[in-house]
Amino acid sequence: MKTVRLDITKDHCPMTFVKTKLELEKLEKGDILEVILKEGEPLENVPKTVIEQGNKVLEIKKLQDNIHMVIIERG
Amino acid sequence: MNNKKKISIVLFSGDFDKAIAAFTIASGAAAVNYEVNLFFTFWGLNVLKKTKGRSAIGKGFLARTFNFLMGGFKNLPLSRLNFAGISPKLLTGLMKKRNVATLQELINAAIQLNVNLYACEMSINILGLKKEDFIPEVKEILGVAKFLNLSEGGEIIFI
Repeated sequence: MKTVRLDITKDHCPMTFVKTKLELEKLEKGDILEVILKEGEPLENVPKTVIEQGNKVLEIKKLQDNIHMVIIERG
Repeated sequence: MNNKKKISIVLFSGDFDKAIAAFTIASGAAAVNYEVNLFFTFWGLNVLKKTKGRSAIGKGFLARTFNFLMGGFKNLPLSRLNFAGISPKLLTGLMKKRNVATLQELINAAIQLNVNLYACEMSINILGLKKEDFIPEVKEILGVAKFLNLSEGGEIIFI
């Protein structure tokens, strides 16, 4: 089981969830993806779309103002 | 997975900005697990030509002249304020500066996410082109009947 980190704080729609999806595809079931993202569109959509596709969101941590980390377990 | 949501986009336009719209929806939808079909017809085919610049491809003098004038990926004009082709380049620069995906990045993402690219048989015939004149990711050349078949049960967008 491995843990990978993805920073999409500089990206915008649709690349925020496109990059998340492509990164998740590289992982295997049970692997962890830590996505660092901004508030607004990314924070609203990334966890939602990830869950819809059968993955688990383990935790959403606030790292600093406007920056969050979503910890995803590949389903 | 037969109940997978589906969206089919017809790209008739060969405008730079409209191609961005088509590929934004396509890659976004594919990223949230939609089955995505992109059907390119007439001007839209310019996005998919293998030769990126102006090139006299095709069969016959008229077709060759027309293909040269239509251009390819690098000549896609902005639908307004094109200013002889300067605007698409300026806009791509702005998109990079603002960290928004460029058209090429959106196309790459769409391909990685297995968006299906189809080209219109009838327009290809008019333009004297063949499958080899397009990027290899083009899955098939097909007509309206097959397109309707593929898009059945999903949304259709015409751009």
